[in-house]
Amino acid sequence: MSNVLTITNLGISFATDAGAVKAVDDVSLTVAPGEVLAIVGESGSGKTVTAKTILGLLPETATMNGAVLLSSKDGSSQSNIVSLSKQQLRQVRGKDVSMVFQEPSTALNPVYTVGWQIAEGIRAHGEFSKKEARAKAIEILGRVGIPDPETRVNYYPHQFSGGQKQRVIIAMALVLDPGLIVADEPTTALDVTVQAEILDLLRRVRDEFGTAIVLITHNMGVVADLADRVAVMYEGKVVEEAPAQQLFSSPQHEYTKKLLAAVPHVGQGIVRAAARAEARAPGWTDQAPVVVAQDLRIEYPGRLGRPGFVAVDGISFSIRPGEVLGLVGESGSGKTTTGRAIAGLTRVTGGSLKVLGHEMHGFKEREFKKFRSDIGFVFQDPASSFNPLLTIAECVAEPLVVHGRASNPGAARARVNELLEAVQLPRAYGDRYPHELSGGQRQRASLARSLALEPSLLIADEPTSALDVSVQARVLELFAELQREFGFAALFISHDLAVVDILADRIAVLYKGKLVEEGTGAEVLGAPKDPYTQRLLASLPVPDPAEQALRREGLRKLRAAG
Amino acid sequence: MTSNSDLAAPHKPSLFSRLPVVHQLRQSVGLQRGMLIAGLIIAGLFILTAIFAPVIAPFGFSQLRDENGRFGSQQPPSGAHLFGTTVGGYDVFSRVLWGAQTAIFVIVVAVVLSIFAGVVLGLVSGYFGGWLDRVLVVVSDAVYAFPSLLLAIVMSIVISGGRSDLIGGVLAAAISITVVFIPQYFRVIRAETVRIKAEAYVESARVLGASNGRIMFRHVLRNATRTLPLIFTLNASEAILTLAGLGFVGFGIEPTAAAEWGYDLNKALSDVTSGIWWTSLFPGLAIVLVVLGITLVGESLNDLADPRLRGRRRVAQASGLVAETSVVPGGTLIAGPGGLDGLESNATHPDNGLETRP
Repeated sequence: MSNVLTITNLGISFATDAGAVKAVDDVSLTVAPGEVLAIVGESGSGKTVTAKTILGLLPETATMNGAVLLSSKDGSSQSNIVSLSKQQLRQVRGKDVSMVFQEPSTALNPVYTVGWQIAEGIRAHGEFSKKEARAKAIEILGRVGIPDPETRVNYYPHQFSGGQKQRVIIAMALVLDPGLIVADEPTTALDVTVQAEILDLLRRVRDEFGTAIVLITHNMGVVADLADRVAVMYEGKVVEEAPAQQLFSSPQHEYTKKLLAAVPHVGQGIVRAAARAEARAPGWTDQAPVVVAQDLRIEYPGRLGRPGFVAVDGISFSIRPGEVLGLVGESGSGKTTTGRAIAGLTRVTGGSLKVLGHEMHGFKEREFKKFRSDIGFVFQDPASSFNPLLTIAECVAEPLVVHGRASNPGAARARVNELLEAVQLPRAYGDRYPHELSGGQRQRASLARSLALEPSLLIADEPTSALDVSVQARVLELFAELQREFGFAALFISHDLAVVDILADRIAVLYKGKLVEEGTGAEVLGAPKDPYTQRLLASLPVPDPAEQALRREGLRKLRAAG
Repeated sequence: MTSNSDLAAPHKPSLFSRLPVVHQLRQSVGLQRGMLIAGLIIAGLFILTAIFAPVIAPFGFSQLRDENGRFGSQQPPSGAHLFGTTVGGYDVFSRVLWGAQTAIFVIVVAVVLSIFAGVVLGLVSGYFGGWLDRVLVVVSDAVYAFPSLLLAIVMSIVISGGRSDLIGGVLAAAISITVVFIPQYFRVIRAETVRIKAEAYVESARVLGASNGRIMFRHVLRNATRTLPLIFTLNASEAILTLAGLGFVGFGIEPTAAAEWGYDLNKALSDVTSGIWWTSLFPGLAIVLVVLGITLVGESLNDLADPRLRGRRRVAQASGLVAETSVVPGGTLIAGPGGLDGLESNATHPDNGLETRP
């Protein structure tokens, strides 16, 4: 059989304010029917642009050359996407190729029912009456695993959970039975446990519908789980292309090797954490903890007459000086709320939370202010945590100026330079504006700012989740190094077990506002007791296809059991 | 891969080319550039006329006679009176030129007054929220609900009893316009402040223990004022129209105190039916031209500020350099005064921001 998709010598450039920028450079790829091709790479490697070209979705600022040949599923027609008119493109989209988007909550229109939205796609291609389209919508919803599709076809998007929304979007993509689906980071916005389910569904799509999938992702675990063949992109070029098993077992290109080495594994940090625990001075456990939470409860007020939303429901934990506590949980588990409460950004509504000996329940900003110099905070998104109009040096100097250690940013420059060097940024970077730094560099600058006052407690809220794998590895390394050097206690919040494992002395697992398990890395990750932790751990895909297949079986058993 | 050394320091554009309007002018291409330049030329002519009116104008704005005696009323255009004379015997050409001075005076006073009041109110209201915010929003909504000309008339009666000398008249017109404009600035700044308040860098300042004043003025204000030049130009043209409207309905400035286009139009009403076209055409044209010029500038600035509307030169096929991986796409490019976030959205770099959460 011929290929569903053949890309030859594709090159794409964008017109920007600073002249032409090349995004894709001489890329050639093929996808056979019923095959899953994963395109992996870091941000800016051109993988998303390549994927969008397949659907002809590039903006008007783009120019391209080369050929993108797309065959219909039965092989009866073939078209070159690059040369199609807008009308012809519309014909091809949905019928021959369709797309699954990253963010299921924004890809659905909130004012129409999902049934209407699926039918809309069907009816755009003519052939079906309203009734038939609805029947087809119900059928496809059932096939992607939405229970009770006859009633739920009339539901609005907000009545579905994130994972179900992604199922609906996959159903939308499948409904006209295209030969190829382009899935752009289909699981990135989802929690790990949901991610595993969606990956299962995509595998079924390939097997049952015989649809080929182009999977765009940066997550090597997802690749190992789903892909038959992998293309690694770097700086707009395909640097390596190989069957999945072969790529993971014997990567050829230097970049692929580096990329694979940077992926964090569960179990990496256990030895390190044990060594650190050994090295503690005797009597360390008797020291007064930096943070003590006792039945901590945080409730967000509801609308008038409605009960509030309980984000954190009676959790107790403590962080001792110099210790790193990893807080893991899915979105909505209350982990970020806990971190914000410790920093005094969210009000505690019940129980007790003592930070540096200061009670946070009913705290007054004025009394807490003097403790603030002892708390550092690293935010999730390095892009927005800097004032875009101040230079890096001014931003890093801000805590020094606020707490009166320097009269103005200029006077603090010497200290700022020291800090920048501590986080391995050249001094000259202090004169740059935040947008002139890459994500990883900005996150390092953010670390420098949080350490400026040498705090005894650092709260890091998903500090690496916005970064690429290779950059994440370096930032984590740096974090560990700084922690050793400065000896601060830290609350490290993350949704990624593997990341937490690398840094944390102890790990606490949150689920729906409750603390389900707490212990050292070896205890929690080695022999999890709580069923939720077990499921979380089993859902985490590992970058090795063979091992991942085994884990998948394990997860299936676990799910069947519980 | 990111390393520290291989990134050369980015080229800094000179201060001149980063100035608001100059920056946009350099950025623009094609039709947008044409619109902007046309607008700038008209607006420039307007400002020059206003400044040099005493030099260019052959007569004073309230001059009725020269050494040859009275001008005579409703004289058609001639060598002595380029645009003819009005029913009251004034020289139309001179009054049109002098009118530019009054107009610019009113614009400056009105916009300056409303910008300061609107920005401060919006900042405080948006940052602190609570009951103050609610009251201010209700009041500004109430002001919106009034027809602006009616409100301006009421204000002008309150301030000066209807008509007065130059300073009084200009102030009355300017303040009445101010009242109408404050809610606009208030709303824009408040909306921006509410948005910026939730940004991570403001939270980060709060974690540091920075005071409210410091956060408001150092972190919020400067980031909230990005859209002001746009509203400024659009409001300036509206100010002229309101002033002309005030003059036209008879609440303008006395002809002996200053030249005012709206007042002249009003007095020319009866001339139109009797075939005397010059008394109404030229003041009318002046209003249209100035409003057109300023609006052109405002609209093109508006388009240029939005990357989705901004035109670009098309690039040659597959040209340009591949951006360095691991550097946020567009991150190392040189941005304008608002910073890259202000000028660039994801639209120009389709793969930007798509991989934010592993």
